[in-house]
Amino acid sequence: MVIGVRNLAVARGGVTVLQGLGFAVAPGEALILRGPNGSGKTTLLRTLAGLQPPTAGEIDLAPETIAYAAHADGLKSTLTVAENLAFWAAIYGGPDIGPAVQAMDLAALVRRRAGELSAGQKRRLGLARLLVTGRPLWLLDEPTVSLDVASVALFAGAVRGHLAGGGAAIIATHVDLGLPEARVQDLDPHRVRIMVRDGFDEAFA
Amino acid sequence: MRALLLRDVRLAMRTGGGFGLGLAFFLILAVLVPLGVGAEGGTLGRIAPGILWVGALLACLLSLDRIFALDHEDGSLDLLATSPIPLEAVVAVKAMAHWLVTGLPLTLMAPGLGVLLNLAPAAYGWLVLSLLLGTPTLSIVGAFGAALTVGLKRGGLLLSLLVLPLYVPTLIFGAEVVRRGAEGMALGTPLALLAAISLGGVALLPFAAAAALRVNLR
Repeated sequence: MVIGVRNLAVARGGVTVLQGLGFAVAPGEALILRGPNGSGKTTLLRTLAGLQPPTAGEIDLAPETIAYAAHADGLKSTLTVAENLAFWAAIYGGPDIGPAVQAMDLAALVRRRAGELSAGQKRRLGLARLLVTGRPLWLLDEPTVSLDVASVALFAGAVRGHLAGGGAAIIATHVDLGLPEARVQDLDPHRVRIMVRDGFDEAFA
Repeated sequence: MRALLLRDVRLAMRTGGGFGLGLAFFLILAVLVPLGVGAEGGTLGRIAPGILWVGALLACLLSLDRIFALDHEDGSLDLLATSPIPLEAVVAVKAMAHWLVTGLPLTLMAPGLGVLLNLAPAAYGWLVLSLLLGTPTLSIVGAFGAALTVGLKRGGLLLSLLVLPLYVPTLIFGAEVVRRGAEGMALGTPLALLAAISLGGVALLPFAAAAALRVNLR
């Protein structure tokens, strides 16, 4: 087991959005988080990444196992593609950037500045960062935003390669990634409904 | 950690990195003050230590909000917080990068500007030494202030207000070292206090700043 979660509750802005959540992910497994907008997918991933504490429950996770990819790619627009990747590789003490560049089809762009890339190319660079971390568990928040069909397939291939190497991934997404082997965790049953009181408008009328 | 230091210095030197801003401000101040004050009566030479120190301090203040705000905007602060480098080290390294691109060049530039301000010849060595000991405090205290205000849009005003009182002791002792140097008096005490503030700040503030960042990233 790479990560185990028991009876977890997470809060956004002081309001609990998810509760009673429990799942485990084994090496070689991918878990897809599904739920409508505002259901707490990002909040859950940030909690798993250790950026915020859970309000209840336990997260069973060995240190130094996660690589987190958020909505923002964390790219520096004045650095080149190669410099951006090499920086993260050095931070994680990870492998050479060559394979990651190949896997995300960035070879033609390595000398370009990140600021000159298109949205989809930036996203591919952001995902290539995961490959240089060498971490076993990927936490991905909407990884396919602004990717075209070919790039989504490229990304699915990278995830599959990661799983085949004994890695694991938790992915929040709305689209079909082409990963039929992945388990799906629906967050809807765990949502905390906010009670809307009747007559609220009348009080201010 | 060396990679982070190199990245920050490189980013500051590239287009839009704001490397020259503080230096240009310092230069403009040192050029304009003699024109405003006038050269008669030795007034300029008497106020030169204070002007140079105030100028260095304000020049430092200009670039403080960039320490964390840019990394927060593009998401790399989240990624750094989940990276193998402890957040305390991230703060220390980023403050050091800030010092390398502001405090150190200001220190090296100060003697040249001292000439413009008619600084006494005996004071030049002490000016460089006091800035060398004092400017690291400006960067690390600034990093702490930047960590406190990182989530705020246009947090620069609040940052300045938070940081200014913390800069006061450094300013007083730093200017005092140069003034006593200019007049040939004993300056061991302010110099020791200046160094003590620097060492204390560098030792303690990375932990406080990292705690503030953790709260702000939630």
